[in-house]
Amino acid sequence: MKITMQDVEHVALLSRLELTDEEKEEQLVQLNKILEAMEVLNKVDTSNVEPLTHVLPLKNVLREDEYRDTLPKEKVLQNAPDQEEGMFKVPRII
Amino acid sequence: MDLHKLTIHELRELLANKEISVLELTEDVFKRIDDVEDKVKSFLTLTKEQALARAKDIDEKLAKGEKLGALAGIPVGIKDNICTEGVRTTCASKMLANFTPPYNATVMKKLESADAIMVGKTNMDEFAMGSSTENSAFFPTRNPWNLDRVPGGSSGGSAASVASDEVIFALGSDTGGSIRQPAAFCGVVGLKPTYGTVSRYGLIAFASSLDQIGPFTKDVTDCALVMNVITGHDDFDSTSVPMDHPDYTKFLINDIKGMRIGIPKEYFGEGIDPGVEAKIKEAIAKLEELGAIAEECSLPHTEYAMPAYYIIAPAEASSNLARYDGVRYGLRVEAEDVLTMFNRSRAQGFGTEVKRRIMLGTYALSSGYYDAYYLKALKVRNLVKQDFDRAFEKFDCLLTPIAPSVAFEFRSKADPLSMYKQDVCTIPINLAGLPALSLPYGLVDGMPVGLQLIGKPFDEGTLLRVAYTLEQNTDETRLKPVLGGSGR
Repeated sequence: MKITMQDVEHVALLSRLELTDEEKEEQLVQLNKILEAMEVLNKVDTSNVEPLTHVLPLKNVLREDEYRDTLPKEKVLQNAPDQEEGMFKVPRII
Repeated sequence: MDLHKLTIHELRELLANKEISVLELTEDVFKRIDDVEDKVKSFLTLTKEQALARAKDIDEKLAKGEKLGALAGIPVGIKDNICTEGVRTTCASKMLANFTPPYNATVMKKLESADAIMVGKTNMDEFAMGSSTENSAFFPTRNPWNLDRVPGGSSGGSAASVASDEVIFALGSDTGGSIRQPAAFCGVVGLKPTYGTVSRYGLIAFASSLDQIGPFTKDVTDCALVMNVITGHDDFDSTSVPMDHPDYTKFLINDIKGMRIGIPKEYFGEGIDPGVEAKIKEAIAKLEELGAIAEECSLPHTEYAMPAYYIIAPAEASSNLARYDGVRYGLRVEAEDVLTMFNRSRAQGFGTEVKRRIMLGTYALSSGYYDAYYLKALKVRNLVKQDFDRAFEKFDCLLTPIAPSVAFEFRSKADPLSMYKQDVCTIPINLAGLPALSLPYGLVDGMPVGLQLIGKPFDEGTLLRVAYTLEQNTDETRLKPVLGGSGR
């Protein structure tokens, strides 16, 4: 499958990345090269193989639903680019 | 005395016998940093003031006869993707250039309770994506063996700092070879533990099913000493395995008679530098001479590991890096509306390789391509793991090169695919979640070669034993760089 400039723009939107025209061109060339190298995977017969998301025999690791200390608000906010009255501040949404 | 040149176990003895103080050791290490850091550039942040204060504190405790931790007074470098409370943690990215974590990673808590002393945060490829440390948003680190060559990556700063004696040991992280390959390029010992052995809490996530923290040390004994401190179950990491880990020093045994070592043929031949291959064959001959039984074996899906990894790792990364939105922390580029703010903050915060992997991963996970790429890669991952399962029915461990060549020159792998191919020997191990140790074994063209020992899950012990035996019976594993080259 060859990816097109339209694909690049769609994926950039999904990725929340504003790319320059130059970057889009570069992405188009490199992504196609990389995806072409991935084609080799189609040589492998995986019809009877289960997908492996991770190697551990662990499943649904739970703990008691009990109170634990959390970070104090000022520490949570210490790296915020913008804040007001103890809240993260962002541009107007609605 | 040149204290910075010594190992953890040598320094522990000197400290225990009160022949040196922790302050002397710490000052000596910072003097070494002053002398060579201009050339090597291992560090993004130095924490001299805190380190000296801590050294004095530990000296006082020693004077009072208080019981101290296993790494008391030992200076350590920490890769800059491990969160350190109150100390800037950048991931070598503009995105996090001003990020100061409000908490410590679990490994940092463990090092602190072992009374180790952090001297600084080490350079890396941005978000651990790279194999040369050239992708750092700030500056490249140089190889102490030849300043015109890369130290490897992504944990290049950690490897270079240990090799040039700027620290006594360091921590790094390994997603596809990021501990083992720089350890090999710089001629130090590096270990990627079994997935789930060391807590990932506070490790800034790249690919969560592959990432694992591990040590860089000057010898195998030190590797075991650090493993004793950093391993263990952690409630804050649900993928850390609830099991007891052994005392790793128990495996420092100079004897491998009868041990069965598999030599997977797919890791040799085409694409591997003949000089590197010859050195690895020498190591195999040495192991046979010492009583091991080496035999060729096959891991037939090896060639598919690299393409599968470069779908799985970017897919996980695209999801993990979605958190950088300029709202709670990290770079924000102001805009009228919130979507433009996201798009511009991420565009300016991330470097080229990070953007490429986010795009690649997003594409592989997107509607219509999920089955063809991501699901296919996960199935191939299973086949890669099954190859190893079969090999370990017959062998105690496997031996391969770490990388196809010795350290290469800056800007010589400008094409992303040629850089990705650097990881062919290390990637399959992460896909299978296995432990693997990188041990220096001699030089080719004046640069260190690394051999890779791959073990069964949670059997780091066998790797330490084989590596220790080699170390005790040859000089090839003890290498010291000269800090030569122009460094341009």
